[in-house]
Amino acid sequence: MKTSVTLPQSHQTPTAGSKKRKRIEAGMGYFFTGPMLLGVLVFTLIPMIFSFMLSFTKWSFVTGFDKIRWSGLDNFRQLFQDEVFLKSLGNNFIMLLAVPVGMAIALILGVIITSHVYAPGAFKVIYFMPQISSVVAVAVVWQVLFHPSYGPVNGFLSAIGVDNPPKWLADPTYALPSVMLLMIWIDLGVSLIIYIAGIKNIPADLYEAATIDGASKLAQFRSITFPLLTPTTFFLLVTGIIGNFKSFALVKVLTDGGPANSTSVVVYDMYQTAFVDLQTGYASSMVMILFVIVLAITGLQWLGQRYWVNY
Amino acid sequence: MRIGNLDWGKAIITLIMALLGIVFLLPFIWMLSASLKPEADVFKYPIEWIPQTWRAAFNYHSVWFGKANFTLYYWNSIKVTALTTLLSVAVSSMAAYGFTKIRFPGRNALFVLVLATYMIPAEATLVPLFIIFRSTGLYDTHLGLILLGGFSVLGTFLLRQFFASLSNEYIESAQIDGAGHIRIFLSILFPLVRPAIATYAILRFIWTWNDFQTPLVFLNSKTLYTLQLGMNAFADRNGAFYSLIMAASVSAIVPLLVVFILGQKQVIEGISLGGVKG
Repeated sequence: MKTSVTLPQSHQTPTAGSKKRKRIEAGMGYFFTGPMLLGVLVFTLIPMIFSFMLSFTKWSFVTGFDKIRWSGLDNFRQLFQDEVFLKSLGNNFIMLLAVPVGMAIALILGVIITSHVYAPGAFKVIYFMPQISSVVAVAVVWQVLFHPSYGPVNGFLSAIGVDNPPKWLADPTYALPSVMLLMIWIDLGVSLIIYIAGIKNIPADLYEAATIDGASKLAQFRSITFPLLTPTTFFLLVTGIIGNFKSFALVKVLTDGGPANSTSVVVYDMYQTAFVDLQTGYASSMVMILFVIVLAITGLQWLGQRYWVNY
Repeated sequence: MRIGNLDWGKAIITLIMALLGIVFLLPFIWMLSASLKPEADVFKYPIEWIPQTWRAAFNYHSVWFGKANFTLYYWNSIKVTALTTLLSVAVSSMAAYGFTKIRFPGRNALFVLVLATYMIPAEATLVPLFIIFRSTGLYDTHLGLILLGGFSVLGTFLLRQFFASLSNEYIESAQIDGAGHIRIFLSILFPLVRPAIATYAILRFIWTWNDFQTPLVFLNSKTLYTLQLGMNAFADRNGAFYSLIMAASVSAIVPLLVVFILGQKQVIEGISLGGVKG
């Protein structure tokens, strides 16, 4: 971190010159970091403060700035009686299940791809394809595949003798699990690639020693691969949880939160509240809840890295 | 079991994995197949994976030169993505250099500040930014999108580690020769970190190209639509014409797939390294 530019002694001029050089150096520092700092200020910090203030107001942006009315904690009180918001928040928590499931699949595939197949690079590309594809296109394709009456998924199910196949995205019971399935499919490639990088970092002699001692492949996985991947697992879990709370695009295109809000999530509800219902103040209070959740998870990550992960 | 150079166990696992891979990619294969057929054959069961009647030319022509105007969406996406990537690379690499190679008062505090804003999700600033953009004239412009993507702090973190790993001797000897920071950055360090910058640029390109949320909130005029918005509008309008929607989906996915396959080494490296998204 502390990388300073010290000139060789012979080039150090007396104090006046060195002071001037320091000033130039500082100016250069602000010149190089300035654009990023300005961007952070204008596009993140100021909006965040603005959002914080708006969360305590009743206001719709279409009415103009002079109509902003302070309303104290009313928005937050309202949030905890708002059925759609509570449903959306609950859905986010249910969707968390997709994170460990996806990670488990990625870990198993990662182990197989790293050491048990030819052309591992090709497999990485295959599993990364949904991640590289546009969410909009992917969501549109799956809408058709999941079509209740003539979609290929149900075509296949009735062909193998399932009498009443689920209506998937059109059925409030199956819609959320279908969205979760899609999320796993889309994000699998990222976890897979990160796991493969982690597996490659495990020293090979550990496995050699274990093989000499007669440990089975499964025992090796349990006592070498899995424990040594704890940091990777922990990292993927945290980013997966945060990503889940931020999910929006897939829900927006795939289901528009429906049917009957069964797939609505916090960011989707916020988007609707802000840009369709035009309740700017109320939507800002949702943003604050989202922010607190992300902050709490990040805080847990800090604690976790200190106490639970054995490097 | 080993015969010659081939490990049969490994070959069998590869085969099973390849079959699994095909199943994993079936949605894409179905999409491609449906985009080549007449509408009436799309939902035939059993599925005609290779169409018996071809209608590819008609389908793709309707998508590209019909009312939807995918040519325009492509142009908009190329413009926004290229400029965002360029701006982001410039801003991020400058900041990375400044934070690692120049000593100035408040450097560490400012870096911690930038680091802290990384915790603020982009979703949390959509509403206030929308209001700010509306009152400054950046709403419904490509410039607004470019600025939003170009100042993402992620690039600074990714590139910072590379700049930090470069020895200060390069700088010291250049300074003895009388070079200033601007010249050192442009002609000495920038070329040295080019692989890292290429990695970041490809990732930023993919993220910007596929971004749906930002254009959805900050654009309104149809003539400014990026490919993602255009694709969404097209699917809404042509709800019942699945062969056309699939042709549009293929058109939306293929260019990025090409970028990915050409730059897969960088993409995979970047993902494993930063382990990040967004």
